[in-house]
Amino acid sequence: MAKKKQDLIENSVPAENAHLQTAETVEDQTETVETPIVDNSASEQIEVHDSEARDSVAVESTQNKNNDAESLADRVRIVSPTKLVFKRFFRSRLSVIGLVIFLAVVVFSFLGPVFIGWGQSEVDRSLADRTEYQFAKYEEGSGDDKFTYYTYTVSRPEDFNQWARPFTYGINEDGKKALHVLGTDEEGQDIFVRLMYGGRLSLMLSFLVVIVYTLIGVILGGLAGYFGGWVDMLIMRLVDILNCLPSLPIMLIVGAFFDGSGLDPDLRIYFMMGVLTLMSWSGTARLVRGQILYLREQEYMIATDALGFSPVRKIFKHLVPNVMPQLIVSMTLGLGGTILTEASLSFLGLGAPKDTASLGQMVNSAKAPTVLANHVLDWLPAGFLIILAVVAFNFIGDGLRDALDPKMKR
Amino acid sequence: MVKYILKRVLYSIVILLLVSILLYFIMRMIPSDFVDKSFAAQLQQQLISLEDVQRIKALYGLDDSSFIGLWKGYWKWFSGALSGDLGLSFKHNEPVATVISDHMWISFGIGIFAYIFQFLIAIPLGVKAATNQYGAVDYTTSVLAMIGISLPSFFLAYLLLRVFAVGLGWFPLQGTAAGDTTGFDLWDLLWHMVLPMVTVIIGSIGGLMRHTRTNTLEVLNQDYVRTARAKGLSERKVVYKHVFRNTMVPIVTMMAGIIPGLFGGMMILEDVFAINGIGRIAYQALQVGDIPLVMGYNMFISILSVIGTLLSDITYMLVDPRIKISK
Repeated sequence: MAKKKQDLIENSVPAENAHLQTAETVEDQTETVETPIVDNSASEQIEVHDSEARDSVAVESTQNKNNDAESLADRVRIVSPTKLVFKRFFRSRLSVIGLVIFLAVVVFSFLGPVFIGWGQSEVDRSLADRTEYQFAKYEEGSGDDKFTYYTYTVSRPEDFNQWARPFTYGINEDGKKALHVLGTDEEGQDIFVRLMYGGRLSLMLSFLVVIVYTLIGVILGGLAGYFGGWVDMLIMRLVDILNCLPSLPIMLIVGAFFDGSGLDPDLRIYFMMGVLTLMSWSGTARLVRGQILYLREQEYMIATDALGFSPVRKIFKHLVPNVMPQLIVSMTLGLGGTILTEASLSFLGLGAPKDTASLGQMVNSAKAPTVLANHVLDWLPAGFLIILAVVAFNFIGDGLRDALDPKMKR
Repeated sequence: MVKYILKRVLYSIVILLLVSILLYFIMRMIPSDFVDKSFAAQLQQQLISLEDVQRIKALYGLDDSSFIGLWKGYWKWFSGALSGDLGLSFKHNEPVATVISDHMWISFGIGIFAYIFQFLIAIPLGVKAATNQYGAVDYTTSVLAMIGISLPSFFLAYLLLRVFAVGLGWFPLQGTAAGDTTGFDLWDLLWHMVLPMVTVIIGSIGGLMRHTRTNTLEVLNQDYVRTARAKGLSERKVVYKHVFRNTMVPIVTMMAGIIPGLFGGMMILEDVFAINGIGRIAYQALQVGDIPLVMGYNMFISILSVIGTLLSDITYMLVDPRIKISK
């Protein structure tokens, strides 16, 4: 409690208040209907008892919640802007669906392997449940033989359980019987557990890439927007060059470069993601720069000038937090895009090494006509998992954009 | 305006120059080059010696990989490119320009059909969704558009192949012509192009639809729409005469931006469908290290995208007289 008070005192530097009040008035103007600083929780309607009370609450809600608000607290509930955003976010059905899908994918890929008796590249060496069967196919013939029959004998390797059917059992390395929920692939590896590890890799890599490129974008965009002049010129020309580079060919060339340079294949995927990061920050930098060019002209920045704050403090404490809403949205949408890029790279064989499970590589197994036609489980679930993850991020990003942008209110 | 365009063109030239230098240097720094890859087998069987390989490299201009050598190689490529000669493709043994123009048109054909269908489907749906905001149509189209955007194109391609080519047998699996046809058969070609086109359309329709929807919503909130309604115009007239035309402003400018997509082909999709379009050729060139072809292709795409952005800026100014050029 004492610490909180300390914060409050620190926060009541005049410049900060000017900043907060500006934000508040902007909110007030755009939120003419909703302004649910006062909320009579029973119905969603906002009842404003008298204008005087409303004003006092409006100011109190962001500055300090100690004095006058306490007497009002019995009658009204104070809703902070963050809470408002949450409320608007959860009101949209699609964003909630997105959130649920995202959580489901996270639980599936991070907790799932605990419950499965297989490792990510563990080959089922049992001969369990191996039924040899024959395919019969007929074609219309001519004359008396109305149909011509062809039979194919499917030969399976002897030393491992290739293409086991779903819900059959195999014996894992510990010598225990374990279930193949979706069967096994061409190498005799359990598909279900590979899906989990593949999803984990996709999620972790895309979070890593997006966080790093957003940081680079914020720093470079912030510098460009704040200082202008030759700094801006230099950074924006760099952005132009990056935008002009055809990204897929570059990634292919870089992949060939890493392959030939004797890099450890286990590490290649991280280097590829590093290059992807270096190529992706331009959009964020542009967004941050544009916002800062606009915010720089606001009154509260003149106040920071008058107080003689350092540029670092001005940029990262007073400008960047105001870009956060757009940044969060672009990061969420970027996560989906990065998962797609990562999947395409591993589809082209430029991603994780062969024995590491990755979703793009699993889809790539459909390149073989027999797998495409007869072993749908090898590639179909992996594709669906990619779609689920990307759809989830896109839904969440869309919902956040609507929730954070007061103009998009329903 | 002329000054603005000139300035933009000059900027673009500098950027293209830097991009080409960067590309050339990365390509040359790949440790195993075209000659190494082509003669690896012969070298292993000791049919040729290392000196032979070095001599062949010199013929291809790949022998000197010091920093100065790279600049020399770049200068050779660059001076050739300036006089319109992009060099001989290592793999195809033909001039790069010929290789590109030979394989470009099939990609262009898929692209143009896909774009026409995309505009025909996406724009009416987008307008419909906006006029029924938060209605059933809006929700369904939003969800479908989102799924379309989130689909990895290669997965969609395999899904369509599995269902319509393998399962139902309606369409051929791969390639551009049936094995037994001789000469040029337009119907057969179109038949082979259906699945690739559908893949492209499904993948790109969502973005355009959402774009149309947002624009329409923005226009629907304008004062003149309220005026039009207040005058007592029918909703139909309001939407299709007053709203629709204004919605088109940003979309018309988008048309110019699709130029690189039209000519550039699609690397992954063309490879999946085994279509010898420009994208697949470029992909194969990348794999074998065919430097002149890769450089030619990437410059082709970069120039097209520069032209595309320039054109869309110019059409934007032409279509919407309110836009003024700043600086």
